Amino acid sequence: MIKVYASSVIDAAADAVWAHIRDFNGLPKWHPGIAESRIENNWPADRVGCVRNFRLRDGGIIREQLLTLSDYDYQCTYSILESPMGVQNYVATLKLAPVTDGNRTFAEWWAEFDPPAGQERKLAEDIGQGVFQAGFNALKSYFGQR
Amino acid sequence: MQRVTRSAIIDAPIERVWAVLRDFNSHDAWHPAVADSFIEGGEAADQVGCVRNFHLRDGAHIREQLLALSDDSFISTYCILDATVPLQRYVAMVTLKRVTDGDRTFWHWQSTFDTPPGREREFAEMVGTGVYEAGFEGLRRYLRQGAAGMARHAMPVGGEMMGQAVVLTAFGGTDRLAYEPIAVAAPGRGEVRIRQSAIGVNFIDIYIRRGDYPLVTPPAPLGMEAAGTVVDVGPEVHHLLPGDIVAYASGIPGAYATLRALPADQVVIVPPTISAETAAAVLFKGLTAEYLVNRTHRLRAGDRVLVHAAAGGVGVILCQWAKYLGAQVIGTVSSEEKARLARDHGCDVPIVMHDYRFAEAVKAATGGRGVDVVYDGLGRTAAAENYEALAPTGHWISYGQATGPLPPLDAGQQAAKSLRLSRPVLFHYTAEPQRLREMASNVFGLVERGVIRPVIHHRFPLAAAAAAHGALESRATTGAIVLLG
Repeated sequence: MIKVYASSVIDAAADAVWAHIRDFNGLPKWHPGIAESRIENNWPADRVGCVRNFRLRDGGIIREQLLTLSDYDYQCTYSILESPMGVQNYVATLKLAPVTDGNRTFAEWWAEFDPPAGQERKLAEDIGQGVFQAGFNALKSYFGQR
Repeated sequence: MQRVTRSAIIDAPIERVWAVLRDFNSHDAWHPAVADSFIEGGEAADQVGCVRNFHLRDGAHIREQLLALSDDSFISTYCILDATVPLQRYVAMVTLKRVTDGDRTFWHWQSTFDTPPGREREFAEMVGTGVYEAGFEGLRRYLRQGAAGMARHAMPVGGEMMGQAVVLTAFGGTDRLAYEPIAVAAPGRGEVRIRQSAIGVNFIDIYIRRGDYPLVTPPAPLGMEAAGTVVDVGPEVHHLLPGDIVAYASGIPGAYATLRALPADQVVIVPPTISAETAAAVLFKGLTAEYLVNRTHRLRAGDRVLVHAAAGGVGVILCQWAKYLGAQVIGTVSSEEKARLARDHGCDVPIVMHDYRFAEAVKAATGGRGVDVVYDGLGRTAAAENYEALAPTGHWISYGQATGPLPPLDAGQQAAKSLRLSRPVLFHYTAEPQRLREMASNVFGLVERGVIRPVIHHRFPLAAAAAAHGALESRATTGAIVLLG
């Protein structure tokens, strides 16, 4: 089991950042790596248990299931059901915290999973930089840097 | 019961912020509202249960107890025991989190407490603004002040810590290097404990391993040079602070380790623009070049110099520095590839030599006159040729002996050319801390200006130090070799 952790500071209030990212079906709206997404079985995108089925810009299909969603804690947790990466037991959390000094947002995104043998370093890099940090960079650029 | 929460981003690595905040008695140094503070009963300021007894600048007197402290999660929890202000059941928690995007720190400060009825807003404001927000600003100011203001609170993390080291088990070959766990005691008076991330490999390490230089008695760890992060410092250390990136080139072997305590006098701060790996690659070799061009011989524009092993660790920096000072640089190397590297780093005339024959080529490159200075790291095998290559009144500087000890030169030979012979040793030049810092500052200054460009072609994990020695002894390497801890 390895853990990948990334964190960043977004120049906008946590309410605003959360409103932008809380939609479990909304990745294509804000994450540069995601081409399109839908929720399976016509479930609402904020019902725990729903599955998002999305396509990466490089063509890969990933299915992820929403495990928790808290508007109070600005936090959601999800697991991977299917992906081309070959990871097992993948559970990730995306969490925001208000920074009262300057009315900004501290954003954290982490995942724990079992990678295929020999892929530890590559997957840690792909997920930490390619998914999490790329997402933060998109948010920073969307909300602007003061 | 009410809750007050404040949070901020501090522009410093989490280790540096935590080094200050984990010390329960540090607040009178950084918090603008705290006038004085002490820990009751002489307990350590990171001992759970300890009580800090302090006054605020407005005269209030408060006793607070440390309830929990986690160096893994960066969390400190404490409560008020007694106070002259009516805060009841006050429990506060400081949590730090790493901002991986930019190496900054998220600081979350939260408390719950009761107040007399009707005064809720007044005390929420006092705690949130007067204590927490003022604290954020105070700590930022404190960190900006740098090491001088902080030494008093640079307290030891406490007891022994475990690390790994490469230990020389007996004089001999590379098979005498063993990778073993070591215990490193808390730093004593005048000492600093460093978590070492990059370790420089130097030829002197090989001399010591073979038993040529009697600097250690096996079993003992090897290595003269490393860089890393200060864990803690002992009493009377005033120029270093936990979290500082530091480096050293020490006369006492023991650098091949992930963790080490040593006299702080020998340790210098690495400027923020320079990485630990670069520092480990250039400090020992750069200090060597520094005294060779500035002190043993004060090199001037127009001087003609001969640099042996001009593509090696010291050789590359000597070429860069001598060229920068305006000297004509002639170098010896053992292959065409090394000649190209030396030329790229300021060597005007690289000589690819065979069997240590180079005097004729040196004479040819200097119109028959010879060179004013020989920087000789070769020793025995090259002695006759070096003598031949020197111009009258030249300076023979023997600072190493890769091919064996330099044979005695008789006074008559010296007189025949009015030669000067120097046999300098780095650690005599760096023994005075003031001079060491001046020399290191010259080296780092030239790195920052791009004059010294580190050439790191070889990196090995610390556990593979034997392979690094093998590579250096084979003479197949160019530039610096760094072990990563």
